[in-house]
Amino acid sequence: MSTPLNSRARALRLTAIGLGVAALGAGFAFAAGWVGPDRLTPKRIVDTFEAQAGHYPGYRKNHAKGVCISGYFESSGQAAELSSARVFSQSKVPVIGRFAIGGANPHSADASVATRSLAVEFTSDDGQRWRSGMNTPPVLAVNTIEGFYEQVLAMTPVPATGKPDPARLQAFFAAHPESAAFRQWVKDYRPSDSFANSAYHSINAFRLIDAKGTVHYMRWKLQPLTPFDPLPAQVEDPNYLQNDLRQRLAEGPLRWNLLLTLAEPGDAVNDPSQPWPAQRRQVNAGTVVIEQVDAAEQGACRDLNFDPLILPTGIEPSADPILAARSAAYSESFNRRSREAAHSGVQP
Amino acid sequence: MNATFHPLLRGLHWLMALLILSMLFIGVSMISDLSPRHSLLVNVHKLIGLALLVLVVVRIGVRVFVGSPALPGDLPSAQRWAAKASHLVLYGMMLAMPLLGWGMLSAGGYPLPLQLPALLPQDIRVYALLRQAHGWLAYLLFATVLLHLAAALVHGLIRRDGVLRSMWSGRVN
Ligand code: HEM
Ligand code: HEM
Repeated sequence: MSTPLNSRARALRLTAIGLGVAALGAGFAFAAGWVGPDRLTPKRIVDTFEAQAGHYPGYRKNHAKGVCISGYFESSGQAAELSSARVFSQSKVPVIGRFAIGGANPHSADASVATRSLAVEFTSDDGQRWRSGMNTPPVLAVNTIEGFYEQVLAMTPVPATGKPDPARLQAFFAAHPESAAFRQWVKDYRPSDSFANSAYHSINAFRLIDAKGTVHYMRWKLQPLTPFDPLPAQVEDPNYLQNDLRQRLAEGPLRWNLLLTLAEPGDAVNDPSQPWPAQRRQVNAGTVVIEQVDAAEQGACRDLNFDPLILPTGIEPSADPILAARSAAYSESFNRRSREAAHSGVQP
Repeated sequence: MNATFHPLLRGLHWLMALLILSMLFIGVSMISDLSPRHSLLVNVHKLIGLALLVLVVVRIGVRVFVGSPALPGDLPSAQRWAAKASHLVLYGMMLAMPLLGWGMLSAGGYPLPLQLPALLPQDIRVYALLRQAHGWLAYLLFATVLLHLAAALVHGLIRRDGVLRSMWSGRVN
């Protein structure tokens, strides 16, 4: 041991050590967002969903009401030259998934919600998985997560009517001209009478990577092979779509073509609010065949997170900021419902 | 007994110190981040985390095999005990953190990086417990790292007893 320090030097050095360690601790609290500016976080988004729709332990924090399904994907082989992902060449790929309606309330009436969704997981024989969540609208109203949050706030139900305040919604749309394509979709929207005859869209763009490493930007859509019929004007059954699905599947499997739309230079590949021109090349990658539906909220899909960034080799995300935001928010929702299941034993 | 740590242990120590501190900062910042940085950080986090698992196994092997320098003889026995215990706790946490990460992704039904096999069957309740343990243990690890750092600096700047140097330069006096 060296000569002891005089008391002044010792105090100075101790202070320096204390300050250094405290600075590191403060940096950590800042990185975690415990101190510092108020930021838009996954937690805040999920809190807002729950504040608006109510707290339903164990349920998904959005698209809360749904049913698990299963079937397979029959690849046509036509997309194999665009992407090295095994799903596009394997002849029959097992699929599980979930039909749902939009919104964070698991007790909404099926016919009362415009947005319907289909989430799927393809598991190919090389062990890779592809998960995706698709919605009925082909575009989003916004192209940033801040815009999405403003939209959620603008849709806050007014206690008196249980519906959003029309003036507030109008102000939101006026402030977001990028929502034009979405507003047009809402205007033209004629609800169909079934999950089976609805089309589901990836909305966000992804990159297909072929065997040579060439990148092709694309969006996809599941195009129903079941013909369109309009939703009746009066629907009494709150579980109309789920019951309809059961009935149809009792009679036989349901089919959708997986259509990949390829972007051309100049198309908005990172902006989910902008549609691409109608004449873009489409490739029919194969057919999704759904054979089975489970009891409401039960089944293999329940405990999965359909994070749209769970992708096989051969498919990569675009730089669309909504994709990263979805991945972060879905994880927060999954964590929360997993805790609710573990601690209070509550699950749908 | 040597007066300094084996060069391999010193290299591993500083490499892992840097990686673990980065992992702690990346971990807490990525989960509150909605920007495209989120996806990048999560992927980097998983890969560095798995690399740390390999490194800690190697390090424990080397540590058991070559041993460590003795602590200064005049160190009070309570401090001696605290030093030994905190080092054991640090090794335990360095081993547990990546295993929890791997285990929780398995139980959550997530695909694993590098096509690694699942450590556990899928179970959302087990996922919940492991995910929370991963968070709480990370905070405990950070607190222990801060204490460890403060103690090392007290040795190096105040006691100046060669303990910090035994990990830092390998030269005695
Ligand atoms: C920034 C915008 C969005 C946010 C913050 C958001 C948030 C969420 C959250 C938190 C869930 C629950 C996830 C879980 O617990 O597993 C969810 C479900 C879902 N979202 Fe989104 N979403 C967004 C945009 C979209 C878009 C653009 C689509 C479609 C392309 C979409 C499709 C779905 C689907 C299909 C589900 C149901 C998943 C399932 O059934 O497991 N979402 N969303
Ligand atoms: C020494 C190693 C590791 C350290 C120090 C560490 C640290 C952390 C920290 C501080 C968090 C944030 C926790 C919270 O605030 O709740 C976190 C989250 C996470 N860690 Fe680690 N981690 C390590 C290894 C791993 C490994 C090996 C994996 C996976 C292979 C992993 C996967 C994750 C994931 C997926 C999350 C966030 C999950 C979510 O979105 O909720 N970690 N980690």
